[in-house]
Amino acid sequence: MGIIKAAQLVHEYIRKDDEGQVEEVKRAVDGVDLDVRKGEFIAILGHNGSGKSTLAKHINAILTPTSGTMWVGGRDTGKEEEVWNIRQTAGMVFQNPDNQIIGSVVEEDVGFGPENLGVPSLEIWDRVQESLQAVGMLEYRHHSPNKLSGGQKQRVAIAGVVAMHPECIVLDEPTAMLDPNGRREVIRTVRALNQVEEVTVILITHYMEEVVYADKVIVMDDGKIVMQGTPREIFSRVDELKSYCLDVPQVTLLAHELKCRGVELSDGILTIDELVNELCR
Amino acid sequence: MKIEHLNYIYAENTAYQMQALKDINLTIEDGEFIGLIGHTGSGKSTLTQHLNGLLRATDGRILFNGENIYEKDYDMRKLRAKVGLVFQYPEHQLFEVDVLSDVCFGPKNQGLSGEETAARAKEALRLTGISEDLYHWSPFDLSGGQKRRVAIAGVLAMEPEILILDEPTAGLDPRGRDEILGLIAKLHEEKHITVILVSHSMEDVARYVERIIVMNRGEVLFDDAPKAVFAHYQKLEQVGLAAPQVTYVVNRLKERGLPVRTDVTTVEEARDAILEALRQGKSPDKAGGSV
Repeated sequence: MGIIKAAQLVHEYIRKDDEGQVEEVKRAVDGVDLDVRKGEFIAILGHNGSGKSTLAKHINAILTPTSGTMWVGGRDTGKEEEVWNIRQTAGMVFQNPDNQIIGSVVEEDVGFGPENLGVPSLEIWDRVQESLQAVGMLEYRHHSPNKLSGGQKQRVAIAGVVAMHPECIVLDEPTAMLDPNGRREVIRTVRALNQVEEVTVILITHYMEEVVYADKVIVMDDGKIVMQGTPREIFSRVDELKSYCLDVPQVTLLAHELKCRGVELSDGILTIDELVNELCR
Repeated sequence: MKIEHLNYIYAENTAYQMQALKDINLTIEDGEFIGLIGHTGSGKSTLTQHLNGLLRATDGRILFNGENIYEKDYDMRKLRAKVGLVFQYPEHQLFEVDVLSDVCFGPKNQGLSGEETAARAKEALRLTGISEDLYHWSPFDLSGGQKRRVAIAGVLAMEPEILILDEPTAGLDPRGRDEILGLIAKLHEEKHITVILVSHSMEDVARYVERIIVMNRGEVLFDDAPKAVFAHYQKLEQVGLAAPQVTYVVNRLKERGLPVRTDVTTVEEARDAILEALRQGKSPDKAGGSV
């Protein structure tokens, strides 16, 4: 079994009226099977309301299954006594950096997580040091978080999760509120964590350029997994992606358009380098 | 609108003193579609807040339809009705019991009659593509894209001459993004509203606007047509921005010796430019026969 495994996972949001009668049931996740190996980098795509954030919240036991099972590090998220261990295994980073930072000094903010886990003080400082280093924010350790840029704040939020030594990090649209520079910083940090520290990464995003580095891309629609494969496989299927209201990276679209006009190119070109090399071959 | 020698110093005479805007000079003509870009903290939001009088410049002046808005008797309420500002995540500002009342709030506050208020609200909702059967829904039961359109309708109902949108597509999926941008383009075309679009997406800006203003450290770095601005892609990177991906592709191809035009900013333009270059035949074996 992989570090994250879901079997026929279903999640229903139930809305009740004032008398407690069920008014509406919405099935946000509908029979998802998933198996993520340790160290993998998985990207999840899907339009708003496709169920991807709901799925992500199951990985860290913020939500528990209506039916089916989710195991994180071999632990069943439906068992209440496992919740703390699961949250230590899988850390989560959200969209808005301002809602996640609580400390008045960067290093205190990063130390908050391990302190809550009951890690001894000396070790907390070691962890703060190494996680700020891992996200490239060590020189800001004595700064006030509210003076940082969006990308820097988001990296501090990631450091806060890294300091808890999770085996897996789930990032739910971590770059949605950032400028291009901030986006680059955050994605570079996430890739480094995955490649150097071998942390398993689940990245949810609307930016197609950010998923080209993933080992595997999962596309969700209407609560189900509708496509999965390597970025190259997924982005070769331009028309199918469009039917799920998704895009492809601009350079992939350009290659697709050129191909349609008779230029000889491989399928699923993902980066500027690839396209330039193929055209100049 | 004319902005002359505008300076804004944040928290003057305190330890946090910072010059957020430095000697800004801009003229915004009626009916323009402008993209305002800059990294976080470059001063673009500070600038937009000056345009409808939310912030008052430390010095310099702003002329709206020839009148100085800092004149003693100037009616700021009139200015705020004419310059509509849609903040980031505007759906967080929805608050009324139903969609229609929420959109009515602005014009009602302008002192319009009940009838006229309702007429304006309905027109604004029509423009933003919210159908009548949603009028009596709670705004909180709508989807993300719908909420955002209702919030934009709330500003449109005041019939602004200038519409400023601060990252209207943040957090939306590609379809939601295309809907909102398509809506803004339609408003600009049909209603001839002057639009200022603040965005972090170079691809979106390249596709829709006629003029780009780039802010950096409180100053205007570039102010030109999109093609001319993105030609400075290396400089843009130095200030934390970027050009659309396709701009990089053509520039790299040119470096590699393919005689391709580099003034392209959209996928369609890049496609045509590359096909053209391939046809001219530095590498004729690569070009397809039928093109």
